[in-house]
Amino acid sequence: MKFYWKLFKSTFLLSAFTFGGGFVIVPLMRKQFVEQYRWIEEKEMLDLTAIAQSSPGAIAVNAAVLVGYKLAGIPGALITLFGTVLPPLLILSIISIAYASFRDNHVVQAVLRGMQAGVAAVIMDVVYVLIRDLVKEKKTISILLFLLSFVSVFMFHINAIYIILFSGIMGYLLLADRKGDGVEK
Amino acid sequence: MIYLQLFFSFFQIGLFSFGGGYAALPLIQDQVVTINHWLSMQEFADVVTISQMTPGPIAINAATFVGIQMGGTMGAVIATAGCVTPSAAISLLLAFFYYKYKNLSLVKGIMSGLRPAVVGLITSAGISLTILALFNGADKNTDYYNPDLISVVLFTVGLFILRKWKINPIIIMAGAGIIGGILYSVVPQ
Repeated sequence: MKFYWKLFKSTFLLSAFTFGGGFVIVPLMRKQFVEQYRWIEEKEMLDLTAIAQSSPGAIAVNAAVLVGYKLAGIPGALITLFGTVLPPLLILSIISIAYASFRDNHVVQAVLRGMQAGVAAVIMDVVYVLIRDLVKEKKTISILLFLLSFVSVFMFHINAIYIILFSGIMGYLLLADRKGDGVEK
Repeated sequence: MIYLQLFFSFFQIGLFSFGGGYAALPLIQDQVVTINHWLSMQEFADVVTISQMTPGPIAINAATFVGIQMGGTMGAVIATAGCVTPSAAISLLLAFFYYKYKNLSLVKGIMSGLRPAVVGLITSAGISLTILALFNGADKNTDYYNPDLISVVLFTVGLFILRKWKINPIIIMAGAGIIGGILYSVVPQ
């Protein structure tokens, strides 16, 4: 029981105080569970992180579920799931209720407006790095898939789900590394 | 039946957003703004902004926000449950195979196709949000000849600082909020 509580508490606190999404919380989880508690081996944590990134959905939630599963099976996975989801659920509930009454306030509007420009800058910075890294790989198929996906969503407003399905299949057919002599170039 | 709609919409978002964080943006935009009209593009941008300033994954934040607006506390819980159910289930399934076979090459192949596509999706969502921030009005009624000068300056300076010094993005967003808050309040629109 004490162990479950410790598991819940650590994922709850990690989730409540980690700003900046999955790429920030996963290293912190590693620090907590590998270095401090010594519950998981370093290499296994790396593999679990890879699985968390390969699964759809929020990486932080996936990583937490996997750590919970590894440590205490399905009950463990449920505990870490609740621990990770509860903080944003509570915080956004409060903000959401306040939002309705603050939306028409001029100062709040002005701050949100300014912040939106800042958020746009942050996202475009991310976009720049992602595209740069993609182009650096010099894989024609990857670049074609990127262009196809961008044009179909941005110009033709095709539902992103179809693009995900199509690219997953193309990736499996064209980019999967078969017995070491991959067809990619 | 709003609860079912919320659950199903966020189930799709949870199921199809590969690559974490920003990859969920275009899917949330599709479901919440384009298909179901639960939020306007402006409100969606507000949710993104709020999500950046609070802890937690953006999909969960959006689920809670939209859920509360459409169906109260129960709506928030159901939307969030919809969002995490598929990804938790798939994670566990992959973990099961991992412990059994220790080989993830099929998954890796699929992922190598998804990655460039996800970059394309994020680029599209990023440009939509940037257009919304820099010009007045969203999507169809965007006035491209009438940029919002304060936002253009905040955006350009923010991007420059990020590229040049790699500082924490939170500082850029908070700084843009404070400076923008002052400028928009002082300068007549």
